Amino acid sequence: MALFRQCPDTGLFFHKEAENLMKANAVAGVVCLLIAGTLALLVVLTRWPAVHLLPADTFYMVLTAHGICALIFWVILFEIAILYFAGSTLLRSRLATPRWACAGFVLMVVGAIMTLAAVFGGNSSVMMTSYVPMRADPSFYLGLILFAVGALIGCFVYLGTLVVAKNEKTYEGSVPLVTFGATVAAIIAVFTIASGAEILIPTYLWSIGYISHIDPAMYRVIWWALGHSSQQINVAAHVAVWYLIAGVVFGARPMSEKVSRAAYLLYIFFLQLASAHHLMTDPGISSEWKIFNTSYAMYLAVLASMIHGLTVPGAIEVAQRKKGLTNGAFEWLRKAPWGNPVFSGMFISLVGFGFLGGISGVVMGTEQISIIIHNTIYVPGHFHATVVIGTTMAWMALTFLLIPVLFRRKMILPQFAKLQPYIFGLGMSMVAVFHMAAGTLGVARRHWDMGFAGNPLGFEYPATAYLLMGIAGIGGVIAVTGGALFVIITVGSLIFGEKLQPEAGLLQSFGVPLADSAYSDEKPARLPMAPAEAVEADHGEAGFEAPGTFILAMVLLVSFVIYYFINWKYLSEVWGLA
Amino acid sequence: MTSFMPPAQKNWWNVPVGRQEIVWIAIALVWCLIMFFMMPYWHMYGGQNISNEGYRVTPVKYQAKVNEMIGKYKVREVGAMKTPVVAPPDGGDVYLMARLWQWYPMLELKKDVTYRLHLTSIDWNHGFSLQPVNINLQVVPGYEFVLSVTPNKAGEYTIVCNEYCGIGHHTMLGKIWVKE
Repeated sequence: MALFRQCPDTGLFFHKEAENLMKANAVAGVVCLLIAGTLALLVVLTRWPAVHLLPADTFYMVLTAHGICALIFWVILFEIAILYFAGSTLLRSRLATPRWACAGFVLMVVGAIMTLAAVFGGNSSVMMTSYVPMRADPSFYLGLILFAVGALIGCFVYLGTLVVAKNEKTYEGSVPLVTFGATVAAIIAVFTIASGAEILIPTYLWSIGYISHIDPAMYRVIWWALGHSSQQINVAAHVAVWYLIAGVVFGARPMSEKVSRAAYLLYIFFLQLASAHHLMTDPGISSEWKIFNTSYAMYLAVLASMIHGLTVPGAIEVAQRKKGLTNGAFEWLRKAPWGNPVFSGMFISLVGFGFLGGISGVVMGTEQISIIIHNTIYVPGHFHATVVIGTTMAWMALTFLLIPVLFRRKMILPQFAKLQPYIFGLGMSMVAVFHMAAGTLGVARRHWDMGFAGNPLGFEYPATAYLLMGIAGIGGVIAVTGGALFVIITVGSLIFGEKLQPEAGLLQSFGVPLADSAYSDEKPARLPMAPAEAVEADHGEAGFEAPGTFILAMVLLVSFVIYYFINWKYLSEVWGLA
Repeated sequence: MTSFMPPAQKNWWNVPVGRQEIVWIAIALVWCLIMFFMMPYWHMYGGQNISNEGYRVTPVKYQAKVNEMIGKYKVREVGAMKTPVVAPPDGGDVYLMARLWQWYPMLELKKDVTYRLHLTSIDWNHGFSLQPVNINLQVVPGYEFVLSVTPNKAGEYTIVCNEYCGIGHHTMLGKIWVKE
């Protein structure tokens, strides 16, 4: 018999097994974030030229662990929690095959520990990308494979849950938009992990001597179908989280279900082509292949993100205008709940992802412009805007939302929680912007010593590059402070936060089931369709429902166009290449 | 309220789309197409493109070509390692080799002369990052990359390695001098 409890504050239903798994995955994710953040501080303090903290070998080891822990373990563990939430809680359905879900979770944890142990063992400082023929310890690859298998099980449990919900008729009509988005993330995850298996399994066999040779160029092509597409899982999932938070905080409804879902479909069709972004300046690959793939056919996945960029804040604007905030173009935004970290975190994630991460990503993914950006520290600048400001901040905002709802604890240090998104967002924006700027001056990524001290050949980057790396270092320290605040507030709340219901004890915060008394074996009522919208007066201007959002979107577009052509100008000034 | 509830209409795909979304999608699509066609346009009219010429190569064969070039066109040696500096003929083939942790040999080129630059690594991946112009190319072992390069300014240039290649990665430098 499936047991459910209903959250008295939000009315959401939690299936007992699903709830425990969400907690376990989310907590394990936050532990990985804690490790990744600690390592981030060491990386930042080494790349800050005036500090230059770690010796070279430790730096490369720490950088390898930081990348894997943040980009793979933290985001994917948390993603699995989101999938279970979107499948089970939002659809009021029991989770399919909870034991398999448990097994998947255990595999992920074991895999993560195995890979990190290999890295900290010191013989696997190969960076996250582990390009062959550089060789890591076999357990490095094996750990990643186990982790991936665990994640794959999680995806199939989610897809199975959709089937269960459909068969048991737990909801009316179509699945909610958030669940639709999570499904897109799960589908992308499946083919991403398949690519990972395709390259990591042979590489593992190579590392133990069963295969003699892995082609280095082929490795890069297939590895990036894992490496880049896994970040596209994040995009699909964090856009779903934006829609969710817009719905929870503002009661916002999608401007158009059709438009938002069609945009999501474009993600499924085109996002996986992006492995090409990393291969623009590679030998042995034709320009036709590069152009088609790097542009996601004809930038159709970019189009999808630009659509969500309008419809997410647009939905918020429409909801706010209906509440009467109709003065001028931006009263709806000015009077948004900026003191609520759920909203402010989500909105900083949205704006940072679009303006910093999105624009820079498209520009650097242009076949020829990649020449002046490839493998410079511009690249980490870009993906800290997408994966950290975009994904991580969305996960953080969602965590603030879930602490009372899922964990049944009141959040501690609310005054600090208010500030957290601003501190983290500011620090990480500095990291992104100043790394990108230093990259345009040629500073290399994954590099221990930009000063080349003691090298007889000698080379000096311009003094500005040192200044930019110093400012990025300060930004990094601010960001780590914001990250530490997040961990302190969330973990602190799980341990010390006031219990919102007596069953929510200490162990229950970390995945142990609540006492059965908290649940009922009564099946939740069927999830109804959203109430139909009453016909109301037009709140927007000239047939535009959300004029303020349209202005913001045009600001984004103009910045995009200008920045794009500035980069072509820079490119046209370098040596002739053909 | 409704982003996480089933859509209000059963036939939500028939609900007309608002003017605002249509206008934005149209503008965004036009921009996407402009960006797409910029890439083939630059191949036809731009001066900086990645060549499609590449060959499979073995370290032994490539090293032989490098040594042959050094034998013919060496002009001097630099440093304690006596690294050769090669001044190839105008328009000629230039063989540059990446290895742990050196760019070999050093080059002396002429401004506004076009050379065929061959690039490969004989061990791991390396990154050819020419400073201060900031031209960056991936150097993949087993693949000989051939590009036409035309230096447009005289001066001393440094090749930094910007693909992580082990513990000596940050010491891996090379030099190219461009003369008037």
